Amino acid sequence: MSPEANSDVDLSALADPTMWSSGDGAPAEKTWTRKRPASGSDRMPLEDGSRVAVIGGGPAGSMFSYFLLRTLALTDTRIELDIYEPRDFSLTGPAGCNHCGGVISESLVQLLATEGIAIPSTVIQRGIDAYDLHMDIGTVQIRTPLNEKRIAAIYRSSGPRNAVSGSHIGFDRHLMDLAVDRGARVVRKLVSRVSWMGDRPEVECPDGHRGLYDLVVVATGVNSAVLRMIEDLGLGYRTPGTIKTFISEYPLGREVLDRDFGNSMHVFLLDLPRLEFAAAIPKGEYLTVAMLGHGVDDALVESFLNSKEVRECFPEARVPQNACHCFPRINVQGAKRPYADRLMMIGDAGVSRLYKDGIGAAYRTSKAAAMAAALHGVSSDSLAAHFQPACRAITFDNAIGKFIFWVSHFIQKSRFLRKGVFRMTAYEQRTPGRKRRMSSVLWDLFTGSAPYREVFLRTLHPVFLATLVWNLVVANLPGSTLPSGEIDAS
Amino acid sequence: MKEVLGKTYSAGDDIVRQGEVGDCMFVIQEGEAEVLIDGDDGGQTRVDVMRAGEVFGEMAILERQARSATVRAMGPMRVLTIDKKTFLRRVQEDPSLAFMVLKAMSNRVRKLDLELASLKAERSSS
Repeated sequence: MSPEANSDVDLSALADPTMWSSGDGAPAEKTWTRKRPASGSDRMPLEDGSRVAVIGGGPAGSMFSYFLLRTLALTDTRIELDIYEPRDFSLTGPAGCNHCGGVISESLVQLLATEGIAIPSTVIQRGIDAYDLHMDIGTVQIRTPLNEKRIAAIYRSSGPRNAVSGSHIGFDRHLMDLAVDRGARVVRKLVSRVSWMGDRPEVECPDGHRGLYDLVVVATGVNSAVLRMIEDLGLGYRTPGTIKTFISEYPLGREVLDRDFGNSMHVFLLDLPRLEFAAAIPKGEYLTVAMLGHGVDDALVESFLNSKEVRECFPEARVPQNACHCFPRINVQGAKRPYADRLMMIGDAGVSRLYKDGIGAAYRTSKAAAMAAALHGVSSDSLAAHFQPACRAITFDNAIGKFIFWVSHFIQKSRFLRKGVFRMTAYEQRTPGRKRRMSSVLWDLFTGSAPYREVFLRTLHPVFLATLVWNLVVANLPGSTLPSGEIDAS
Repeated sequence: MKEVLGKTYSAGDDIVRQGEVGDCMFVIQEGEAEVLIDGDDGGQTRVDVMRAGEVFGEMAILERQARSATVRAMGPMRVLTIDKKTFLRRVQEDPSLAFMVLKAMSNRVRKLDLELASLKAERSSS
């Protein structure tokens, strides 16, 4: 096309980087209002003396505080940051508990290390280097590709009821200490109200304590009353969709855990209605059992714990009395519009990953929120341009994850399919040097280490599909046997 | 009992060797390592000592070149491997993560500048 053909286009617009994002051919005026990041003082930048309140001192709240203070320190901007957290994470049992399976994914361990956030041995209950996949047809172990412990089993608090924590500290306390070292102040109070005083948000506590802030970040769990309150403010925020889970702690002792569970996370792919995913995670002296599903209740828990595959993992095939248990809810559908002028919802209060790696999602949304607030301002326009894309990326990936779990239901229900998946994985694990296509798909699906999109694309590879079809055929031939020593022939 | 993450090395173990092509970088979790460069006479010269929290091997993430030095454990060590794919995937989403690697490289350049200055001073005084 000759330059003349474009003579009616105003090329001067290209000199303004804020115009580049429109790209839909629509007149500049229209796209300007929708996509243009705010500029100048309407960005509502954080400046020297600005005040920030973070409601909730879990991983999302503490990581946000840490990243915000670290980034503002680079520009010599000094702010006041208060973390409102009534719980004491140094307590054991429900008083300090954040109701979580307690696994830090392989990718998150690496990313935190790159960020300069080490997970000290006082926080790690056990380093995990393998997954044992239990099915009715047998058990196969999938080892980490580098034979390196890169998954951390942790407690968010100091452990289950009556646990002796010794020198161990919880993950949430560790992150909060990092934020405090950067200058955050912990306010041990429950927030009872968030309202607006003029153009600034105000936080109020039951004892009458009030604070006016330039930014309020809500980083609570999905059950917090604060979220309903934010929804009622009429800013467009809608609370996340949730499902009920089951988490319990079994005091088996280190010796039994070392012998029967090792440094492996045990995952169960069982044909039980309403069960989406279940795992047993060995920690210091306890085994954590986590179940996800639709309408998880006592009946489903009982049928899971009574299944042969689960019982056989325990000494004398008997599941002991648990030390404590709960039915917490988790975020399975992201909140709508998790931001407004001077307000952000991060972690479980905003958008999280479907079923897996909730702490990883907290890291991603808290980092995006901190970078947006520190570098671009806290106006709704700034947050739409610099915080919302991180939430949208997780939501998009969750849609693919939903499809993958829908397919995995068929594997759960069909012995024909289970035999093929089992055979392919078992042979990959036994043959050194062989490309481990099924193992890597299952590993990333169970560990939550890779985006669902990447896992899905790997399953479309022609060699993966051809090998799976071959294994399905061979595993289901009359008289065929699955790899010996790892299969229950019944 | 102490629970740890990463791979464990003993004194004298090579974590990376000069000339190898790698596709990951490392973060020291515990212990110390020496950085050695092969000399023309077959010997090795120690150019640096790294400690917990330091990143090395990052050049392999940025360019597909052979490792420029050998990194050897000086005592019991624990090192976490960072996959190229995990790092690059995240950097695309959050470019500020690369800042930590740039910081490590900038520290190294500063150290080298000081070393170079002291070598030049030595030469001019002799």
